[in-house]
Order: sequence, then structure tokens, then C-alpha cells
Amino acid sequence: MSLLEVKNLKKSFDDNVVLKDISLSVEKGEVLAIIGPSGSGKSTLLRCITDLETEDSGEIRFDGTFGLVFQNFNLFPHHSVMKNITNAPIRVQKRDKNEVFDHARYLLKKMGLEDKEDAYPCELSGGQQQRVSIARALAMNPDILFFDEPTSALDPELTGEILTVMRDLAAENMTMVIVTHEMAFARNVADEIIFMDDGVIVEQGTPDEVFSSDNKRMKEFLGKFYD
Amino acid sequence: MILSNVITQLLGGMVTSVEIFLLTLLFSLPLGLLIAGGRMSKFAPLRWLMKIYISIMRGTPLMLQLIVVFFAPYYLFGISLSSDYRFIAVIIAFTINYAAYFAEIYRGGIESINSGQYEAAQVLGYSKIETFFIIIMPQVFKVILPSVTNEVITLVKDTSLSFVIAIPEMFTVAKQIAAADASIAALLVAGIFYYLFNIIVAFIMEHLENRMNYYE
Repeated sequence: MSLLEVKNLKKSFDDNVVLKDISLSVEKGEVLAIIGPSGSGKSTLLRCITDLETEDSGEIRFDGTFGLVFQNFNLFPHHSVMKNITNAPIRVQKRDKNEVFDHARYLLKKMGLEDKEDAYPCELSGGQQQRVSIARALAMNPDILFFDEPTSALDPELTGEILTVMRDLAAENMTMVIVTHEMAFARNVADEIIFMDDGVIVEQGTPDEVFSSDNKRMKEFLGKFYD
Repeated sequence: MILSNVITQLLGGMVTSVEIFLLTLLFSLPLGLLIAGGRMSKFAPLRWLMKIYISIMRGTPLMLQLIVVFFAPYYLFGISLSSDYRFIAVIIAFTINYAAYFAEIYRGGIESINSGQYEAAQVLGYSKIETFFIIIMPQVFKVILPSVTNEVITLVKDTSLSFVIAIPEMFTVAKQIAAADASIAALLVAGIFYYLFNIIVAFIMEHLENRMNYYE
């Protein structure tokens, strides 16, 4: 059985139909990349799955915990890096304090931020902040990790650091759903790619299938990246 | 009259002024938060009620409000209250007036917090109440502190308005001495007192602001 299953999802904002009958499924250990032009409904789809928006109709089946990494990090500015990562596992998941702190230190080390646990978000670069927010999501022991354009607020150099972290997570078989504009990354790292346009899934398959698609809209979109 | 006598006479008034000041803050700061909550409620009638309340409190003189709160029980309901009510009336009038100003300050602060903070908190599983008190309010305090400082400094000076219902706070006492002595010495001393009081208030608020400066 799939870890996440979305069936016939529909969502409108007033008269604007953003998602028109979306269905997809994600298997355990799979990396799914969702690509497509701005306004195609990618982020709204992710926000419906993560309960930040309520769908108009359709079904989302997922049992377990998830993490979400935002485009703008959304770290809590008044909490130190350590508190950003540990507060929810301790307060919400009621886990043992020492275990959570050990886990957080392990994650910070993995993110290359072992010397930053007492820093505040304002003292970090964008790339470091995004790595903290990935650590914060991972600290909840999620079954699935969602990324909503995690590199769109970063310059190319910092984008690279985040993509490296995500590539490492993929190598560890972390289940991930990534909304992204990084085509090369999607092609290299994803097991499955969904191309969305105007609220529908236009193309879906392995990276090779999607990137060699004959679909006119898909070709137009990819053309913008390769011309 | 010699200065030391003036100061001795004023001391009792000073204590009353400080009491009015502290009690008003004690009650109006939390009340303001409740009013701000009503002002931002999804329930429209409550929202409008709070809007009208704030509008009246901010749109009419505090001196008039003091008089109304003091005389209303008798003239509206025919109730005669004991002389203790005089002081209670001052605290009620100041509290409901300042709560209206604080409510708008809170509202501005709360609305300035990015919606991403709520979303991140929700995804991490914080309840609405936890989100408000752990994530939102600490950030709001930092944002609103300069505006709150303004109001608190105004409050120090506004306590003198209590003279209209003959509360023996500092300004009332100073006026009496000045009239009896045919000298403005007592009023000058009162002025110095208000100024020193506010220097202390400003110092404390600046200290609080500095303590919040550990993040941006």
C-alpha cells in the first residue's frame, strides 16, 4: 500500500480553479518531484496535503507524521537554533529531553551546523537557515518530508548547499515530495516526476520518461530551461 | 511654607499617583489583549462591538470618562456608593480607557507577524493556544514595546486628571497647597516628580527593549 495517496483532489479560490482533479501516490522511500510553471497549482497541492489548505473535494490518505520545509524557512526568530529544532519534539511529541537534544545535535552535525546550536536565525545565512529548517522537520521523525520550493529564496551558491543536503537524504531513502524549479536536480534525484500545468497533471513518470515526453506543453516548459 | 513641608505634604499624593499608575497597568494590559481578541474575532457582532468601544474610548476625553464612571452609579441607577468608590472609579476609568489603546497596539503587533509563523507552528503540531503564547506573543511584545512605552509615559502624566473627582493624588494635593500658599512651589515640585517618574519608566522600558534585542 502506498504511503501517501491523493485521489481526485479539487481546490478553488473563489472563481479560480487551482487544482482540477489531481490523483497521485507516493511509495515509501520514493522521491517525487513536482515541477511546472508558476501558478500551475504545485504549491497549493502541497499545502492541501499538509493541511495548510482545505481541499474542496477529493481524498488524501496518509497515516503518519510529516515535515514541511518552506520556501521562506519560517524559522522562529526568537528561538535559538537548538530551540527551533527541539521545542516541538519535546512539547508536542512529549519525547525525552535528552534524546531529543542528542537527536538535534546529530541532525545539526549532518547539516554542517554543529557550531550553530546557540545562534539565532538572524545570525545565519539563508542557506544555513534553510538547513536548520530541514533539521527542524527531520527532528520530528517524519515518515515523509515535503519541500515547497526550498531553494527559491536562495542565491545559486546557497541553492547548491540545500540540494546537496536533499540529495543525501534521498540516498538514505527518506521519502520526499519536492516542489521545485531545479530541473537538473529533479532529473537526477527524483524517482518519479509530475509535471503540472493549469491545475492538472500533464505528464507523470520516471525522469527519463518525463524529460523525453512529446507533450507539447511539457516541451514548451522544458525548452525554457534548455534553449 | 518651606520646601521640606511641601514635599512631606505631597508624599501621600505621590503614593496615590503611583498606585493609580500600577493598578491601571495591571488591569489594562491583560484587558487590552482580550479586547484585541474581540476586535479580530471572526464573529462580526463582537468585532463591531469592540470597534465601537475602542472608538468611544479613544474619541472622548479621559477627564469626561472619569466623571461619568464616578457619577454614573448614582445618576443612572440611583445607587449611592461609599467614599471608597472614588478611588475604584479612577481605576475603572483609567483601565477601560488605556485597555482600548493597548488593544489597538496589540492588534497592530499581532497583525504584523508573518502568516508563515502560524503555518510552521501548525505543521510542527503546536495547538492554537501554544502557537499564540509560544510563537506569536513573544514576537509581538518586541514589536509593540516602543508603542507601549509611549502609552505608559502618557499614563504617568494622565494620573493627574484624577483631580476632577477629587482623588488626593499628587496633582490634587499640589493644587491645594499652591492655592493655600499663594505660591506655585508645590506645582513645581509636582512637575519634577512627574518628570523623575517618567525618567524611571523610560529607563525600565529601554532596558526591556535591550533585552529583546538578542534577535531581529
